Amino acid sequence: MTTLQEVAPREPAGVRREALYFAVRNGKLMAGFGIVLVLLLLGLLGPVLFGGAPNEYGPKPMTPPSAEHWFGTTTFGQDVFLQFVHGLRSTFAVGVIGGGIAAVIGMVVGFVAGYRGGIVDEILNMLTNVILVIPTLAVLLIINAYLGIRSVAVQGLFIGLTQWPWAARAIRAQTFSLRTREFVDLARMSGAGTGRIIAKEIAPNMSSYLFMTFILLFGGAVLIASSLDFIGLGPTEGVSLGLMLQNANQWSALQLGLWWWFVPPGAAITAIVGALYVANVGLDEVFNPKLRET
Amino acid sequence: MRRYFGRKLLIYGLTFFVAVTVNWMIPRFMPGDPVASMVARANVTKPEAVEAMRAYYTSLFGLDQPLWQQYLNFWGALLRGDFGVSIWLFPTPVSDVITTAVPYTLALIVPSVLLSWVVGNQFGAYAARRKLLDNTVLPVGYVLTAMPYMWLAVLLAWAFGVILGWFPVAGGYSFSMRPNWSGAFLLDLLHHWTLPFLSLFLVALGGWAIGMRNMIIYELESDYSNYLSALGAPSRLIRRYAFRNAVLPQITGLALQLGVLVAGALVTEIVFAYPGLGSLILKAIQNKDFFLLQGTFLFIVLGVLIANFIIDIVYVVVDPRTRAGMAGAQA
Repeated sequence: MTTLQEVAPREPAGVRREALYFAVRNGKLMAGFGIVLVLLLLGLLGPVLFGGAPNEYGPKPMTPPSAEHWFGTTTFGQDVFLQFVHGLRSTFAVGVIGGGIAAVIGMVVGFVAGYRGGIVDEILNMLTNVILVIPTLAVLLIINAYLGIRSVAVQGLFIGLTQWPWAARAIRAQTFSLRTREFVDLARMSGAGTGRIIAKEIAPNMSSYLFMTFILLFGGAVLIASSLDFIGLGPTEGVSLGLMLQNANQWSALQLGLWWWFVPPGAAITAIVGALYVANVGLDEVFNPKLRET
Repeated sequence: MRRYFGRKLLIYGLTFFVAVTVNWMIPRFMPGDPVASMVARANVTKPEAVEAMRAYYTSLFGLDQPLWQQYLNFWGALLRGDFGVSIWLFPTPVSDVITTAVPYTLALIVPSVLLSWVVGNQFGAYAARRKLLDNTVLPVGYVLTAMPYMWLAVLLAWAFGVILGWFPVAGGYSFSMRPNWSGAFLLDLLHHWTLPFLSLFLVALGGWAIGMRNMIIYELESDYSNYLSALGAPSRLIRRYAFRNAVLPQITGLALQLGVLVAGALVTEIVFAYPGLGSLILKAIQNKDFFLLQGTFLFIVLGVLIANFIIDIVYVVVDPRTRAGMAGAQA
């Protein structure tokens, strides 16, 4: 360690430009984010552009898709397209809230356990493993059943509180491999505290990994929220894609042949989650030079 | 090996303890007065049912007793196998209601999970590094794994049940039949079982195929694979070694996915009105039957813990490193 290393430090802007260079040339990433972006815009702008209450009963029940009702109407004459754009909003909201909270908890637990080690690690690791084994949906069922009034935000909160363990485990493993590096030792010698070392030295070195973790948590939150909605523990007010599926199932859309009622919400969930998974593979290729070939 | 099992059992013991504690805490520490609202919302008309409900809630919650006493009582009842009385099917004990539903759920979930795991791994291993197959298996796998379980179930029910009319779309057996062990009834059971099984199988399949494919590629890039191919070993042999190494993380993955798979089974059962735990949960929620809901919750947790332990045993059999006391599987 006596010789100065001649490697010129790359300024962050350069790294970012390089990542961007490969990002715009990565088909998987662009396609995945493209699909998510289109649906996100539809969810954000749709309710504004096409005014009207999504749950309002209309005069023409059970009509197939037409120029007037793009996705047809339900047994009660509700406009499926209007429900769909409002539902997209709730779905994205639950993904951001649930995925975000899970990512924050997972990061805190993972970083602290991985960096501090010893007894702190033992305790946090035990906690992580315990929560990892408990079936998430079963816990959420109990909690939501006792909640009188349910909202998208509270649903997201509880999903976040139960979804973090695998992220914490993955981040802990990554932190383990970083904590013995020289730059971390150097920071420690210069008297930086645990929080500062984690925030300034460790987290930036795995920022791409953290981002990908968030994407997977987002997808997981969307899927689990739709299951909860489907069982009948969705938000008590408003619409979500899962609630649309639940209503379709409850009012026998299947037997009545109202395919336009249950196909769009499920297709949208599949598209969002699938596109995120594919984008994640693309991101992996962008950030990991080993996977870049071809 | 004793340390490995000791550690696992400690985790499972703790998990069960946490689950029971959560189950005990939620009705007590949620905002509002659960006893009053539950009695009010249950909409029970029979006066003896209302009375029994109130008596049960007060005795179980024991609001006049100190908290620690309530907690101990809860454990005591639990260890005696007393989950309370179902409100929806008053006065059947919750444990009886659950025992009638469990065989259906197990019959659905065990074959679909095991088969999708085996077939998915084979597919993934075969597709890895084979251009044409890889380009088809990968996108299909991503679409399948991104699907909400209930949506595929609805689509299958619509296509094969409503449009083609090949399979029934509701129930565990025909309404005209009574459960018995005759051939006709078993055939009828199988007929009703096919679609729910298929939808669970297909959604889970995608994830395993993708996982295995990535794992195999990783193994084929490792030093031992390169060394073997440098020695001129046939690629089939190298792939066989790669598969044996790649299957280990997939076993761990199976343990991690159990919660998701159970959740998938629950919603699939709801779509097909299949008389298992999922439909039970739906009924419990619709009828505000909290005893039934909480009993089912504990039952699912217990089932997942047992399944986890079985997977741990399998892991020890499959991975010699855990037997030798080396750090093979991380707890």
